[in-house]
Amino acid sequence: MNDSIATPSAIPGRLTRARRALAGAPLTARFGMVVVLAYVIVAVFAPFIAPYGEVEVVSRVPFDAWSAAHPLGTDQLGRDFLSRLIFGARNSISIALATTLISFALGCLTGMFSALAGGIVDQVLSRFVDALMSVPDLIFILMILSIFGSSVPNLILIIAVLTSTRFFRISRAAALNITSLDFVEAAKVRGETLLWIAVHEVFPNILPLMLSELGMRFCFIFLSIAALSFLGVGIQPPTAEWGSMVRDNAALFSMGDITPLIPAASIAFLAIAVNFVVDWLLSRASGLQDEV
Amino acid sequence: MTQDIPSPLVLEIENLSIEARANDSWSGIVNGVSLSLRRGEVLGLVGESGAGKSTIGLAALGYLRPGARVAGGAVRLEGQDLLALPEAARRPFRGTKVAYVAQSAQAAFNPAHRLMDQIVMVAVERGGMTRAAAEERAVSLFAALQLPEPDRFGRRYPHQVSGGQLQRAMVAMAMMCNPALIVFDEPTTALDVTTQVEVLISIRRVIEEFGVAAIYITHDLSVVAQIAHRVAVLRYGAVVETAPIGRIMAAPEHPYTRSLWAVHELSVSHEAAAGHDTGEALLSLENLSARYGDFEVLSDISLTLGRGETLAVVGESGSGKSTLGRVITGLKAPSAGRARYAGAALPERVSRRPKALLRRIQIIYQSADTALNPRQTVRKIIGRPLALYHGLRGRAREARLMELLRLVELDPAHADRTPGQLSGGQKQRVAIARALAAEPELIVCDEITSALDKVVQAEVLRMLMDLQARLGVAFFFITHDIEVVRAIADRVVVMERGRIVEQGSRAQIFAPPHAPYTETLLASVPEMAPGWLDRIIAARA
Repeated sequence: MNDSIATPSAIPGRLTRARRALAGAPLTARFGMVVVLAYVIVAVFAPFIAPYGEVEVVSRVPFDAWSAAHPLGTDQLGRDFLSRLIFGARNSISIALATTLISFALGCLTGMFSALAGGIVDQVLSRFVDALMSVPDLIFILMILSIFGSSVPNLILIIAVLTSTRFFRISRAAALNITSLDFVEAAKVRGETLLWIAVHEVFPNILPLMLSELGMRFCFIFLSIAALSFLGVGIQPPTAEWGSMVRDNAALFSMGDITPLIPAASIAFLAIAVNFVVDWLLSRASGLQDEV
Repeated sequence: MTQDIPSPLVLEIENLSIEARANDSWSGIVNGVSLSLRRGEVLGLVGESGAGKSTIGLAALGYLRPGARVAGGAVRLEGQDLLALPEAARRPFRGTKVAYVAQSAQAAFNPAHRLMDQIVMVAVERGGMTRAAAEERAVSLFAALQLPEPDRFGRRYPHQVSGGQLQRAMVAMAMMCNPALIVFDEPTTALDVTTQVEVLISIRRVIEEFGVAAIYITHDLSVVAQIAHRVAVLRYGAVVETAPIGRIMAAPEHPYTRSLWAVHELSVSHEAAAGHDTGEALLSLENLSARYGDFEVLSDISLTLGRGETLAVVGESGSGKSTLGRVITGLKAPSAGRARYAGAALPERVSRRPKALLRRIQIIYQSADTALNPRQTVRKIIGRPLALYHGLRGRAREARLMELLRLVELDPAHADRTPGQLSGGQKQRVAIARALAAEPELIVCDEITSALDKVVQAEVLRMLMDLQARLGVAFFFITHDIEVVRAIADRVVVMERGRIVEQGSRAQIFAPPHAPYTETLLASVPEMAPGWLDRIIAARA
């Protein structure tokens, strides 16, 4: 044993493990991954895929019916609906993703910090979060946006902060269970900072729970952005966005046309796919032994 | 089967093989075990952890852990082959014909329900008793098990009774339907020695009084010597030797049995440990007290610990010995008194101690399961103090890591594993390596070997003494195990209810006259010779 420093490790590399994990994924997860991947490709390559430009008026006929030239017809200004849908993927998904990630980072960090610090710090943070949560989200967002103006950064920030309260609650509760364990105490005795303990000792252990919340929150954020756009304070025209596309073309419903439902269905479909993937990640992350 | 002889066969395990799934293939964890048990007989199953003791014990209930399967053989309970039945048909046997007493009653009882509700449940639902009859029987069992206030005991919740009482309550639960067979799976391992005696006496009484057959699983040979009529020694899932208790204790035949018997006498080469220079005090506590709220957990503690010395702190759970360890490591501030370290005052809290001081005092915990982050690899666990205290990174850190792994006798290939992929002994070695990585002068060891079986325990202790001789580190060794104290301590502190009742060199403590509490503690340690428990019972009568 003394001269075996260079013993080849019995654990396979990251790539092999990832491939093996993929091979073992259930059907729902694979389906979800394919759908998410398709959405991402559409979003990234929107300018190449879309037949027309995002704000290009291509027809004199508003609300034109489905045809060979315009597969999904045109919208209220005579823009190509399909092209708007494709560019909408880009805007809606990137904004929802950015918002989710910001709120996740913010909520998890403050939640773990609160649990680790305890005492008065924990009390102040928790009560502040309680206060934030007690205001109905939509009204709060509408209020803030009407004060500070409806820009994309404002939108992302305000939704991220409000959503982070949910992450805060869950990460704090989960972290409280972990902070009582000996390895956290050992890290304190070692002289580690709270941030280091939060990131290295606590976070990996609450990750499964947070992942499940992440998937769900992504869908909710998507929906609230769509709802805000529908109300007219979300993403401003002429930017294509699925929520506002539903609103702008709602008049078609009265004519028995289902075209405005397509952006709504796109949102729903993505939400389902994301949750399939997250469920699978969750079952893997919570089974510590299975990853060998 | 012959039914009319005086003590009929209760359990017959024939050529039983059980496999478990590991890394996509099935490997045998029980290999062709045959055992039989007659009415009124107690069979001891001994062996190291991983020998398949619990798996066989559970198989006697017709139960397999998830991920295990039967590869062959039969388990006949009163002539009925349990393994031939589907799971749904096996279930009615459990709790009625065969019952199980688990190691940790704390984990086995539901904390949200009263004891009586849990104890009578099986009897009412499967045993066909009325609730009133079941309660009546439970009360009579409480009395037989010498539980306090038998008619009121059942109204309490699990957290309202002591660990020993809870363990006896579990025995009562097992006895409810008057089963033919009870499987005891390490029922006293988690208990203090003084509590263990009480539980052993109770178990012995009910077995004799009700004439049940029992399988008694333990790794403690002196306990099995007191309880069992016959002993089966297991290794790698196979029986290496079966013999009546008197014969196997006096003249074990198989070499493995003999080696088990040998490690029971924990003989860490004490030449290396004895006679440390205790001239310079490393740590000294003067009239130290600590309290949780109004409750004083430590009162008036004064002691000194020299460089390179092993100070053993003994006492039952609740004696304040772990709190004392927490005060030294700075996790609990004392309410009064002074602590000095290497000639200077020791700041009370971790946050007030400079990093250089933190490095010099390390701690190792009882349970490596909770002391090691399950999400980190061994490399990260041990590498962190190297980076934090010594600023090592890259190749230098890797080299030191390998050196440390060899120091604690671990295979360097284990560096990439997570704690879940290591055995209990290996995990504790990783925890020791993490403490050593800081290059400390003092290590607080909080019951570090109590979760390990005897063989591993002896190895870890020998390694610690070896390290002490080489590195000159001092140990503040918290334990409830008198055997361990005898094996490694230079000096001993005996604690009871937050106070030091006796302290002195090992020779002084173990030689009479003892302080009264030390006397009780020493007398409660089971002896290897069968008949020790009989003498205690006789002495009490």
